[in-house]
Parts: sequence; C-alpha cells; structure tokens
Amino acid sequence: MSEPLLDVIGLEKRYAVRSGVFRHRDLVAADDVSLTLSAGETLALVGESGSGKSTVGRCILRLEAPSGGCVRLDGTDITELEESDVRRLRPEMQMVYQEPLESLNPRHRVGKLVAEPLVLHGIVGKTEVRNRVVELFQLVGLGEEHVDRYAHALSGGQQQRVGIARALATNPKLLILDEPTSALDVSVEAQILNLLRDLQRRLRLAYLFISHDLAVVSMLADRVAVMYLGQIVETGPTRDVLSNSFHPYTRALVSATPVDHPRQKKLRIALTGEPASPIDPPAHCRLVPRCPYAEPVCSAVAAELLPIDSCRSTRCVRFQQEHCDGIWDPGGDVPIQDTVIRSTESEVNELKLND
Amino acid sequence: MPTSLPYMREKATSFFHWCRRNPVTALGFGIILGLGILGILAPLIAPYDPYALNPRERMQAPSWNHLFGTGIFGEDIFSRVLHGIRIDFGIGIGAVVIGLFTGSTVGIIAGYYGGKIDEIFMRLMDIVAAFPGFILAMAIAGVLGPSIPNLIIAIAFVNVPVYARLSRSRFLVIRNSLYAMAARGVGASDFRILTWHLLPNSLAPIFVQSTLQCGWAILDAAGLSFIGLGVHLPTPEWGVMIGLGVPRIITGQWWISFFPGLAIAVTVMGFNLIGDGLQDLLDPKRR
Amino acid sequence: MRAVPATGHGGGRASLEPDIAVLDQDPPAGGTDVLRINDLRVEFRFPRYSVEVLAGIDLSVGSGEIVGIVGESGSGKSVTALSIVGLLQRPGFVTGGRIDFAGTDLLEVGADEMRAIRGNRISMIFQNPRASLNPVFSVGKVLREVLRVHSGLRGGAATARAVELLADVGLFDPNAVLRRYPHQLSGGMAQRVMIALALASSPQLLLADEPTTALDVTIQYQIIQLLSRLRQERNLAQIVITHNLGVIAELCDRVAVMYAGTILEEAPVERIFDAPRHPYTQGLLAARARTELTGRLESIPGQVPDMRNRPPGCPFSPRCPHAGDVCRTANPAMEAVEPRHRVACHRWTELA
Repeated sequence: MSEPLLDVIGLEKRYAVRSGVFRHRDLVAADDVSLTLSAGETLALVGESGSGKSTVGRCILRLEAPSGGCVRLDGTDITELEESDVRRLRPEMQMVYQEPLESLNPRHRVGKLVAEPLVLHGIVGKTEVRNRVVELFQLVGLGEEHVDRYAHALSGGQQQRVGIARALATNPKLLILDEPTSALDVSVEAQILNLLRDLQRRLRLAYLFISHDLAVVSMLADRVAVMYLGQIVETGPTRDVLSNSFHPYTRALVSATPVDHPRQKKLRIALTGEPASPIDPPAHCRLVPRCPYAEPVCSAVAAELLPIDSCRSTRCVRFQQEHCDGIWDPGGDVPIQDTVIRSTESEVNELKLND
Repeated sequence: MPTSLPYMREKATSFFHWCRRNPVTALGFGIILGLGILGILAPLIAPYDPYALNPRERMQAPSWNHLFGTGIFGEDIFSRVLHGIRIDFGIGIGAVVIGLFTGSTVGIIAGYYGGKIDEIFMRLMDIVAAFPGFILAMAIAGVLGPSIPNLIIAIAFVNVPVYARLSRSRFLVIRNSLYAMAARGVGASDFRILTWHLLPNSLAPIFVQSTLQCGWAILDAAGLSFIGLGVHLPTPEWGVMIGLGVPRIITGQWWISFFPGLAIAVTVMGFNLIGDGLQDLLDPKRR
Repeated sequence: MRAVPATGHGGGRASLEPDIAVLDQDPPAGGTDVLRINDLRVEFRFPRYSVEVLAGIDLSVGSGEIVGIVGESGSGKSVTALSIVGLLQRPGFVTGGRIDFAGTDLLEVGADEMRAIRGNRISMIFQNPRASLNPVFSVGKVLREVLRVHSGLRGGAATARAVELLADVGLFDPNAVLRRYPHQLSGGMAQRVMIALALASSPQLLLADEPTTALDVTIQYQIIQLLSRLRQERNLAQIVITHNLGVIAELCDRVAVMYAGTILEEAPVERIFDAPRHPYTQGLLAARARTELTGRLESIPGQVPDMRNRPPGCPFSPRCPHAGDVCRTANPAMEAVEPRHRVACHRWTELA
C-alpha cells in the first residue's frame, strides 16, 4: 500500500482530574490509538459515550493537544508543529460536528461562516468569495437563498449542510465527521448520509466517521475501529467486523443495536452494568468487569491490540489465545480459519501492530 | 451587501412587533429617546438662558411663565432641567462607555486566556469592588478635583469591575463553545476568534448591563455633585440643582429640588426599563 | 430474544408468523382498553397567531399492551403524551376531544384529581432522566417520599420496598443506590431509578417519552429489556414515544406513525414493517440506515414541516412522491386497511 493520507500512531490523551486538594489523577480519554486512512476511504470510529472517539478526532485535528503519540498527515508529523504551522495545514483536514446549530456562530450569516475559511486561507480572490460560497451551497444541496440566513433560521438538516459546506470550502483531503447525523430526524439523516456518500465519490475525500450507530456505520464505512474506554479493541473491514466480531465488546454492540425488523432474530449478548471509570484504568482488558466471557487470564495479562490476519486485529486476550481451538467461535456457524497468533510474549511483541 | 431595504424593513417590523409585545420596555425606550431629543433641542426649546439670573423673580412657584418655577437666584428651573439632560446624560453615558471599554477589555483578556492572567486581573478587580462604589467614587473625585471629566473618570472607574466580571464570565462560557472550536478548525487565529466570533456573542449581556448602569451612573453623578464633589455652580446639573434647593424644601419652595429630582428618577427608570427588556431583543434565537 | 408472553392478556406479541388469526386473538379494541383517546386536538396560542399541533388524534392502549408512537421532531408525539397526563404547558391548550382512562375523561377532571391519577395510576418517564431528578435529594429520599404519599409506607417498610423496587428494575446493590444523588448516577442507572419511581405507585399505564434516546446502545438495550419485562410481569400498559424505528421493532406491539400533528398510520408492529400503506411510513422505513444495507438510502425529500405553515390537505403531500390533486386539497380520513390497521391516505388502495 502506498503512503496513507492519515497515519495515527499510539495517540494518547490524558486529562488531569483533581481528586482531593493536592492530588491529581489521570483521566485517560484515549490510549494507544493507532489507525490509518487512505484517500477516498472511510474509516468509522465506533464507540459509546466516554469511549474517547470524539477526543481522538479532535486530537487528530489538533483542536486538542495530544499527550502522546504522533499524527501524520501526508507524512508530516503534526503533533510537533507550532500553532501557526498547524493553522497552515488546516485546509487539508476539516471537521463536521455533531450539533450543527452549536457549531455555527449564531451572530453571523451562514454565508459569512462558509466564506470565512476561503478568506482566511486566501483560497479565492475577494471578488470571487460570494460566487464560491454559492457554489459550495449548491454542492451540498442548498440554494442561494440560504446564504444570507442565520443558522437558527434553518432546519437541522440545512444547518448540517452548511456545516459540510464550510468544511469543504478549503478543498480538504480528510474530513472528520463527528456523529454528523445523530441530532437529525430519520428522514433528514438519510439525506445527509447520501450527500456524504456522493461527495466522497466526487471529491475523493477520506472520511474518519465517528459514530455510535452501527447501522449508519455499516452503510458508510469501509473499515471500522471499535473503541471502548479510550482504546481501540477491534479493527477490520466493516462487514467482517459486524458479522463476525472477534471482540466481545463489538459483539455486544452489534447485539444491542436494535433489530431492523420485529421478526428479526438476533444473538443477544448482554453486557452487565456500565463502563468502568476512565480514571487510572488497568493495564489488562478494560471490559473484564462487564464481559460475559471474562476468565482469570483476562485480568492477568496486558491487553494489546494484535493483528489476527492481514486486515483485522483485536485486543481480546482470550481470542488471541484460544480461537483457533474453536472455543472462541462467535455465532457458532462461522468457523474462523485465518492465521492465528498463538504466542509467547516475544512473538507477540514482534507482531505488534504499531511497531 | 445584502443588508438592503427589505432587510431593514424586516428589522423595523420586527422592532415594531417587539414593542407591542413589550410595552414596558417600549416605554423605557420612549422616555430615554424623548429626553434625549429634549436635551439635543434644549437651546431651541428652553424659554430662558439656563445661566441667566433674575433677582426680581426669585423662588416663584411653577406657573405658565416658569413651568417648573424659579430658583433662589431667579433662574428658570425648566430651562435648567432641560440643559441638565445634556450634562447628566453626557456624564452618565460617558462614564459607562469608558467603564465598559476598560472593564470588558480586562474581562475578555482574563476570560479568554485564563490562568495566571485571569487570577491577577480579577483579584485587582476584587480590590476595587471591595470598596463601596459611591465612597470610592467620592474619594477619586475628591483627589482629582471637581470637574466634569474627573467625575466621569471616577464613576467609570468604580464600574470597571462590574463589566470585567460580566464579560469574563460570558467569555468563560463561550470560549468553550462549539462554534469557537469550529472556527479554530477552519484555521482562524486567536485574535480573529476573539473579535469576530466571541465578541459579538458576548455583547448582548454587556450591553444590557450598560443600559442599566447608565441610570445608576447618572444617579452617582448627581449624588457626587450634590455633596459638592462633582460639577459646580452654575452648571445646570441635576444633582447640584437638588442640593441648591434642599434647604428651601422646609420653607415651602419644593419645586427647586423636586423637578431635577423627578428628572433623575424618570431617567433612571427609563434606562432600567430598557435594560430589563433588551435581553429579549438581543438574543438572536428569540428574534 | 423476548420470551413469548402467555396468551390471554392482549398485546403480548406472538412470535409466530403474523397471520391475521393470531392478531385477532387480541381483545378487540374497546373492552379492555386502559386508555382511549378520541379526536384529541391541541393548539398553541401565541399573541399573533395560533398553531394546531394536534389535529384530532385517535389512539387506544389495551391492557398489557405497548403502543409505540413514532414520529420526527415536531410531529406532536410529545404533546400527545403531555396532554394525557395533563402536563401541557402554556401556550398549549387542549381544544377538543376525549381521553378516557378507566371510565373518566382525563380532560374533564380537576387539577387535584389529575395530580392523583398522574402520580398513582399513570406514570411517566422522560428522555433525560438525570434532569428529571432533583439534584439535592438522594435516590432513597425521593423513593421513600413517593412510597409514603402513594402507599402510606414509612420507615423500615418504605426502605425495604424501595430496595425491592430498585432491585426489580435491575440495579445492582440497591442499598448503595439509595444513598446516591442524581449526579452520581450514570444515564442508564438514572433511567432505571426513574422507572422504579414510576413503578412505586403500581400504575396501570406508563408513558415513556424517548426513554432511550439519551442512552448508549448497550444501555438502551437493557432498558428495552426492562420495559418489555415489566409488560410481561406486571401486565403494564405502555406508550413509548420515540423517533427510533429500531426501538419500535424491539419493544412495541402496535405502532402509530405521527406526522405534523396527525396519525397517518396505525397497525400492529409487524404489519407496519411488512406492509406499510402510507407513503410516509414507507419512506421512513426505507430512509433509516440498516445494518444489512449498503448503498444509498431512499431519503424522503424536503424538510419536516413547520407547524405554522401547515400545508392544506394531507400534511405529507408536499414531500410525497405519490401526491395527487386531491391530496393537496382534502384532508384524508382514517380508513381501515384491515382490522386493526388504519391509514390516512387518499391513494392507499391505488398504491397497494
């Protein structure tokens, strides 16, 4: 494979949390997050609230400073850059936000907001700005009449279209979509998802699609990375991961996603309880307290994200150790025959995805 | 620009409807606007020279010749109250503008950058605010000496913490807003985010506060002048005029201080009515 | 998967193939209805105009039945729920109709009586459970207070019952939860506490307004299971308001599809998914993202209508691909497609 557009290696984000007068503890929002994304590809970052998926998106854009690891965009390590240099790189990567209304300044007309990046980066001449804005509006399915409105005078779907137009203004290569449809009505969500698909085809955009909704993810994403409590627990091609999950958490997520049809039968794996605290998480698997498959080994070894075959990897310790024996056979009817890592510690380290 | 005639008309209609829905606030606007016009036109409509003394007509009760009566030197109270609008509005608005500018600059810097800068600035503000406002204004006016500019400075200074705190708290909220982050995401600099994105969104509450403060500033100005620390005779300032008339109240010449007092009361009320109602108008979501 | 409920009580969805015979075993609408809404009309009155947000709603809920109301924002689904429990706030006014609940018209009873019914016999849970709990009271204090008012329980008896209720809604270590304050609860726990509060008075009807929208999927599934279990164990009738067709598919026996203040279609849940008759229902089903689907979605063009500019005729006509002249002028009446399946569309027979 050629050089990926985006290459994230071991990204880490910690926040200091006050726990007492003088004591600080670390809230680990993202830990050992590695992912790659090529031009024209969609990678979905899936997880529930508190999984750190939005934090990862913001760290990649340097809207927040990562505490560790590195983010390479087109080969440039952007974690090392000064703020002013980051600003120069902004046109390359843009974000679409979950709450379209809150992400648009209520005091400026939406046309001005879309024009802002054009002006800031000198993308078009002063006289051309208005025309380009109208072009962008048309690109996302809005008319010229919307240019001079305020955000609150538009419907939710129209607001999100403005958000997309603004993100596209700089002709970015990478778009980070942070739950772009979760605040929208069903019928409007479909419009926006279709729009995003069409734009990707036309402009060869790379999408990092952050979502909690597996149904939406399965429609848009080529690959998924499932996050739990700050870590990626499983990655792979969307279809494979969702239909034959290697990690119990992925399986629980798939099983908890509501059925498409009332008669549809589904294997149900219920996680008990709620996610553990992200403060000072253990080195071993973080799902242990909730996992129906947890065994003593799960809390004894450190959980690492290891490749299972050429395109899939999982952090589940039991899967890594046992699945070739057929003990770990999700669903029961799909035998897993791919390469297996059964290993001593040293072999495991050699195969570590991020090294 | 798209802000053409239909846009202005839309604005005007919405203002008209808003007035109908908020009659009390509209009344406030009416009062201040009316007083303002009277003040501007004072030289034209005042029947007498406010500085003219007329010993033959001292302390006359209100009549058609002298609507508000005459003072102890035979000056026409009505003419002086009219001219007083210029002085008092000038002091009040001037003090508020200076206080607003200084205070919100302090508050915005403290609120946007936070950390040590915030601590230092806001503790300084706490020190200023720890003194009772009027007493502090008295001290400053006393040190600087009585004059209109000094009066303005004294009152403005006292109000700086009010604006600083207000704009800081507003900025603490909106600097974390999603649109500020989105602006950073499209490559806007700190300065641009501050001025183009955050400032317009912090103006509403500050503006409301400043209209309320206008009333109080006028009251402070009159108070300081009343006790002799502000404007001096023969300037037609309301506080001075009240002070002049106070000894005469018990001897029956109530009008000498009553009418300037009424003018202050009406003005303060007008500003407060506006301030209370402005919040609605300035909130873009409720327009 | 859901266990098959015992037959006899209506509403339990049989897991057999959906033939009409099975559906007909449910008690005919009427006799055992817990709640029956007739031609409910609600208006929002503003100084310069008023808006009809509910334009004649008919809906009934049988005993032990879970009825889903599905609709997009502004469809009037929450207003329906608030009208039932008498919590509709100004500028909303009920302008007509009847809401029969156990022989009384809820629109006619006084405020005191309504309050007694609302706490005791009809309970409601909301989208944002943590915001519906008073932050200064511990869970135990609130729960014991509710038990004191409704069942006259005090002291140890109230605590024992409170623990029982919390355990019943699936909270581990109920004794510890009793001592917690709302901010110490996660969203899922808070929703369980809200459900325990709702159950404290042994209601006959539970109104759930977007009960899982603010929750994560794994937690959402737990709450769905809980509500489903309450129906089976307590025969608790429920109205579940949601925009999520997946939740409807998981939980409900019958569905009413709302749009712009009217019910466009109402049918048993499998009918809605198998043979939707209204173009809006069809569009909604086609528009949602599904796990087994890739490629473009069939989106419904246009926007959810603004209630101030309600289109004449069928409210869906401006967005409807099949709209004819009659749709743009005359309001369609509810017609029975078959027993228990009603649709408000002028052209459903042509389109079928």
